[in-house]
Amino acid sequence: MFVLKRLLFVLLVVWSASTITFFIPRISDINPIRERFAELARLGGFSAGELEKIVESYSKAFGLDKPLMQQYFDYIGGVMTLDFGVSLNKFPKTVLMLIAESIPWTIGLILVTTILSFVIGNLVGALAAWPLSPRWVRGISTSFILFQGVPPVLLAILLIFFVAFKLNILPIAGAYSIGTVPDFTFEFILDVLRHQVLPGIALIFGSLGTWVLSMRGMGITIQGEDYVVFAEHKGLSSYTIFKDYYLRNAMLPQVTALALALGNVITSAIVVETIFGLPGLGFVLITAIRSNDFLVIYGIVLFITIAVAVLMALVELLYPLLDPRVRQGQE
Amino acid sequence: MINYFKRNISLTIGLGLLIFLILFTVHGLLTIEFKQAYPLAVRPKQPPSLKYLFGTDFFGRDLYTAMVVGVWQTAIIGLLAGAAGTIIGIVLGFISAYFSGLVDAAIKFICQILTPIPAFLIQVVIASSIDKRDVTIITMAVVVFLLSWMAPTLVIRSQVLSMRERQFVAVAKLSGMNSLEIIFKEIFPNLLPFIAAAFVAQVFQAVFASFYLAVIGLGPLREPLLGNTIWAAQSQSAFFNGWWWWPVGPSLAMILILGSLALINMGLDEMANPRIRNKE
Repeated sequence: MFVLKRLLFVLLVVWSASTITFFIPRISDINPIRERFAELARLGGFSAGELEKIVESYSKAFGLDKPLMQQYFDYIGGVMTLDFGVSLNKFPKTVLMLIAESIPWTIGLILVTTILSFVIGNLVGALAAWPLSPRWVRGISTSFILFQGVPPVLLAILLIFFVAFKLNILPIAGAYSIGTVPDFTFEFILDVLRHQVLPGIALIFGSLGTWVLSMRGMGITIQGEDYVVFAEHKGLSSYTIFKDYYLRNAMLPQVTALALALGNVITSAIVVETIFGLPGLGFVLITAIRSNDFLVIYGIVLFITIAVAVLMALVELLYPLLDPRVRQGQE
Repeated sequence: MINYFKRNISLTIGLGLLIFLILFTVHGLLTIEFKQAYPLAVRPKQPPSLKYLFGTDFFGRDLYTAMVVGVWQTAIIGLLAGAAGTIIGIVLGFISAYFSGLVDAAIKFICQILTPIPAFLIQVVIASSIDKRDVTIITMAVVVFLLSWMAPTLVIRSQVLSMRERQFVAVAKLSGMNSLEIIFKEIFPNLLPFIAAAFVAQVFQAVFASFYLAVIGLGPLREPLLGNTIWAAQSQSAFFNGWWWWPVGPSLAMILILGSLALINMGLDEMANPRIRNKE
């Protein structure tokens, strides 16, 4: 029942997102196909009269001459089966193919940075609130909150400036050095990793502040709870109290917060990718924006929305594993 | 008053930064020549010097002038979108909480469905559907506001719900006040700290979102908005060409803006929920 409810919710979220992306472009007077071919015409190749004919035949090919409702149902059906249409810019390729080519880079970056920033942020936040940590530890860890106001993108630019440009110890941009051929040698993998260090640091520190802040708040609330006082009076070591009574309880809301933050995490990763010129989803998106490749823009947007909605539902389904109280409540 | 500012450090520093930014912009707006924020006005590609405080870019814009105009435009977007989002949030939150029943369920449901959709991506769809020649500072504010009213709605709703059950409202009801009087005379004044915090959070979100949109090239391309300047620098490979001052200046300005808003927000949170005050 619970699972079914969550599934229904995911479907509703995806449906409303695809409805928005279907109707917004149709309210505006932009015709994606005309925009695209007008751009090609500017570069030379065919005359304005031909342009209208081309636009007409392509509109037919994309089913844009059908009644609006028919188009809408086709579109929703396509989205639900992950069929986002074809790219206008790289024509024979479908949007899904473009996503599949680029997504390993994005997933790798997001997975590593999110886990690291979540773990580090929660530990630092817990230490900031823990009454037994030394004063200097509390001071330093509290100051991590300041990172909250700095988006990863800005951190990325400053890192490029100081580390890559001034000190010249890491590359400025790109996924691997110019001139190297991608293959699975040790040197190549090392080269790729070297290029991932700065984007990684930018993303980790850019999202650290939120975790530190909320974990610190949670920690302060928990200190006053009866079970912590009881554990202290039982004479448990402060390490045990910290780990099992304090950290574990404060973690629970943080996991929910992680699910809610997924959207922001992915957006930040995408924009950071464009700053570093990494070949992930962000690069595909920015290329599509530059070349008026609208179906790719909408496809990426919907794909990420689906991913976020599904992941959020997954976290909620896994939540009972972490919290025995929820588990009992459900049975 | 002064004692309170001493205790609420983040609020103090945040307000200090904000005042500094306001002074910088007002002083700048009174002294600059607006023409220099647009292409072909000065010698291009000059590093920072006494003449060009923050250098000039590839297109011949003076980056100091561009920054003053950019901060000003960022403020317009933030304030417009922030105010609009907060007002919608207050109205919907009140309607939802005070009249409850079906209306409440509907508003809450819509907010819950829309919240998991990454707002930025929908903003990308909207911004890319507008003809690039039509994008202005005002359309940016509208685009950013369209999907940002859910959070304040939910916050105000939950606060009104909890206040409705408090005793002073019950007393007001018993003494014969009608709903409107109770809303405006009893509940609203008590909500002010929450509304202020929601407003600052909204401005932060709006500035953040419009900045991200501009960085990926969906801003009003002709304006020297901070994100646009960074986008332009990135498209011309500023770092590879050694023009480091081009993207770094606007980034620092943006850090100051977002930093001051985040600090003020934290300070207001502390004011509104005394419970999260550190026990030290």
